[in-house]
Amino acid sequence: MTAPGSTAVPDGADERLLRTSPLRKLLGRPELGSVVGAVAVFVFFALVADSFLETSSIGTVLYAASTIGIMAAPVALLMIGGEFDLSAGVMVTSSALVSSMFSYQMTANVWVGVFVSLLVTLGFGAFNGFVLTRTRLPSFIITLGTFLMLTGLNLGFTKLISGTVSTKTIGDMEGFSSARKVFASYLTLGNVELKVTILWWAALVALATWILIRTRFGNWIFAVGGDAGAARAVGVPVIRTKIGLYLGVAFAAWVSGQHLLFSYDVVQSGEGVGNELTYIIAAVIGGCLITGGYGSAIGAAVGAVIFGMTSKGIVYAEWDPDWFKFFLGAMLLLATLLNAWVRKRAEATT
Amino acid sequence: MARVRTGVRAMGAVLAAVLGVSLMGCSSTGGKRAEERAAEEAAVGRSAVNTPRWTFAMVTHSGDGDTFWDIVKKGAEQAAAKDNINFLYMHNDEGQQQAELVQTAIDKKVDGLIVSLAKPDSMKTVVAKAVKAGIPVITVNSGSAESERFGALTHIGQDESIAGEAVGDELNARGRKKVLCVLHEQGNVGHEQRCAGAKKTFDGTLRNLYVDGTNMPDVQASIEAKLDSDKSIDAVVTLGAPFAAAAVKAKRTAGSKAEIDTFDLNASVAAGLADKTLGFSVDQQPYLQGYEAVDLLWLHRFNQNVLGGGRPVLTGPQVVTADDAEELAQYTNRGTR
Repeated sequence: MTAPGSTAVPDGADERLLRTSPLRKLLGRPELGSVVGAVAVFVFFALVADSFLETSSIGTVLYAASTIGIMAAPVALLMIGGEFDLSAGVMVTSSALVSSMFSYQMTANVWVGVFVSLLVTLGFGAFNGFVLTRTRLPSFIITLGTFLMLTGLNLGFTKLISGTVSTKTIGDMEGFSSARKVFASYLTLGNVELKVTILWWAALVALATWILIRTRFGNWIFAVGGDAGAARAVGVPVIRTKIGLYLGVAFAAWVSGQHLLFSYDVVQSGEGVGNELTYIIAAVIGGCLITGGYGSAIGAAVGAVIFGMTSKGIVYAEWDPDWFKFFLGAMLLLATLLNAWVRKRAEATT
Repeated sequence: MARVRTGVRAMGAVLAAVLGVSLMGCSSTGGKRAEERAAEEAAVGRSAVNTPRWTFAMVTHSGDGDTFWDIVKKGAEQAAAKDNINFLYMHNDEGQQQAELVQTAIDKKVDGLIVSLAKPDSMKTVVAKAVKAGIPVITVNSGSAESERFGALTHIGQDESIAGEAVGDELNARGRKKVLCVLHEQGNVGHEQRCAGAKKTFDGTLRNLYVDGTNMPDVQASIEAKLDSDKSIDAVVTLGAPFAAAAVKAKRTAGSKAEIDTFDLNASVAAGLADKTLGFSVDQQPYLQGYEAVDLLWLHRFNQNVLGGGRPVLTGPQVVTADDAEELAQYTNRGTR
């Protein structure tokens, strides 16, 4: 709005009251660049990989995107709030382990384990938020500590209780089939198999977007991420906001964890390490600033789609797997550069 | 301008110097040239049949840059070249990711599928899906117990318990009394079976030692600490070739007399066997696992052949000692043993 000569203000009118066209509004959205990036990646793989456009592949790509996207939505909110969570990847595994082991050891209905796991996982999130706001150490350090502790707890507890690195099967227990419907069922449309995680993903993104744009809490998130000191000065409850954001990540970790458990009915204790970075990457590709204060949940969803398309597209294109990580990195870098370029152009024209 | 020219000149001089040194300082042993010579000597794979160009995919639980799986892949590629197969290789060490990769192979409508079942529960659904889609599946390496139940044609690999028992026997023959079994992946079921198998047939005492396999200095320090604290240990068994080298170093610094034995083979293990720093090695012949898997899928497509009669086809254990080392060295050097 301040760029000289970029807006034509009619004589006598206040430029703040100027009506912006829907196109202009669209150009101002943080996720616009990532959408362009996603389209570019899609077109690229549609040309390069024969089986990428097959209907059955769409289900696979969407599923890959949804497992990242479920976590990327709250992680994006957290990043807009100016914080990181390095424990998010392992927390998913912890959450799955808790519900599986609780149900098995107590011979309880599987749903009991699922809700105990919800409480425990929210406890991890609250721990992160509470320690962060109390100690005022950087979230990088706090959640790195949680990450390592959870990794150790996962292995230690599983070994202690079941004697091996994976949990015992709970597939024959009461409540399993209904829980599977909720967390790991799928719908077949033609020959496209759509997993229920896609619904969870859509719901979480919608919820996160609503919170961010329509609620007071959303304003607090932007304020806290922009400048915590200034936010506190104008009466934003910084501590409550940050704890709330960590609880959001924990909730999504619980959803992903239950999906992991109910799609395979046993859990390997060593999994999940490294996934936290994937969630952060998805949020960043989607337009979230690493410094906080800017971004959107829809952008994070588009970031997850880009990640899903790239990682599966490389496989469909039959490229040498030795170079997989290189291709992945290069594609993501290109998508993000395109994203940044589009955003810059958009800002210049509004 | 002058400065630019000096820069160019300086760079030219450096380049010339580097070239000169590399030309003058030729190594008469090893290096790329030796490797190229070896590759020329090895038979170059060429399609020997005129069956349609089927596509087979192999999806393993290997991490990035794993030497063992590289040999499996080489075997598979050699067989694919011979059988006129379009061979795809994918891997991921996370159960869910490996299952997703299998799903992409199903999406691609491959004509045959080779999977490893290190994490059988993650793979159950997706393997069933492949079988349902009419794709013949062969399991390799791990998963001998689950293979048939999941609907695979054959399992090609080593029975870990039997391999462990072979180690116990060999240790008896060598008159060992107190042995350390080093597990580099905590809770890997196959690893537990190996040490348990060795314990079963071994007459002396055998203790397990867990180390962090992704952190080599830690592996060495842990073994060293153990050898320091118990001088009566007279043999150390590692479960992977790279860990044998760490054990040898640990033995040296601890001043121990223990014999180092290992599972799996690579160039440095072959050299270790030859110069007697290593006692013996138990090879499960990874090249064979890849080669046979592709070949058997081809046979199944071409001729409806099945091998093993529902039981696993064993590729090991083959106990390798100093006597075999010299002959094996040329194969380990070209990366096929």
